[in-house]
Amino acid sequence: MFRTMFPGDLFAELDRLQREVQQAFDIGPSIRGLGRGGYPALNIGNTPQSIELYAFAPGLDPNSIEVNLERGVLTISGQRDSDAPQDEKVTQHIGERFAGRFRRVVSLPDDDINPSGVSAQYRDGVLHVSVKRREAAKPRRIEVQ
Amino acid sequence: MNDNRNLPTQQSDQKTETARPEPALLPPVDVFEDGAGITLFADLPGVPKDKLNLQLEADSLTIEGEVALETPEGLESSHVEVRVPRYRRVFTLSRELDSDKAQAEFRNGVLKLRIPKAEHAQPRRIEVKVA
Repeated sequence: MFRTMFPGDLFAELDRLQREVQQAFDIGPSIRGLGRGGYPALNIGNTPQSIELYAFAPGLDPNSIEVNLERGVLTISGQRDSDAPQDEKVTQHIGERFAGRFRRVVSLPDDDINPSGVSAQYRDGVLHVSVKRREAAKPRRIEVQ
Repeated sequence: MNDNRNLPTQQSDQKTETARPEPALLPPVDVFEDGAGITLFADLPGVPKDKLNLQLEADSLTIEGEVALETPEGLESSHVEVRVPRYRRVFTLSRELDSDKAQAEFRNGVLKLRIPKAEHAQPRRIEVKVA
């Protein structure tokens, strides 16, 4: 009966539906990067000097996040513990937040990146990974003589 | 008489048009209830503390947040899953909740909001005295 006091539930369902529909129409960026709508959500962009990844992973202990780069494959993994109180008298009305182990894998262009130029920063629940590109891979303007 | 009836509806139509909210993402939440109150957790990654806006009124709770990311100059997106830099979610509160005594914590993009129940609505055990 209390559930009806949270009409947001319905919108959450629509949100999920929309995500699924979007998934059906989107073409994944690579064979490994198809996991749209997973945890954490990823935004990826690039500048002439670097490739920037933003993983929207709220509520993590920064020390528990694993970021690995191997042969151009970047893996972000870790664990997110549930916030559910361990008390039998507690009722859960809404449970939408992710809990458990997660792992997301992105393949980066191997010949383009500099494996020693990777930095990761966790702030406001967003993991920001910056991967430097190789000098040779940077776009270059060729002077016409 | 007809005119009178039309007037208020026209006004409210205008209001909804001017106050149309910007598109926003629906943050996922967990809501737990125990005898003393309700605890809400909401995921708002990318929102700094000063961009979080919580509105607690007698019968409604609005959670709003703006995403602020540090992005290098000349960044071109190649893959985007978070498409809107804004979160918003509204809940209706029931009357036994005491929104004046609510407490909020915000850490690493997770909001924890505790709304206790009003004194009179809390379950209590009545002691039996022996005369």
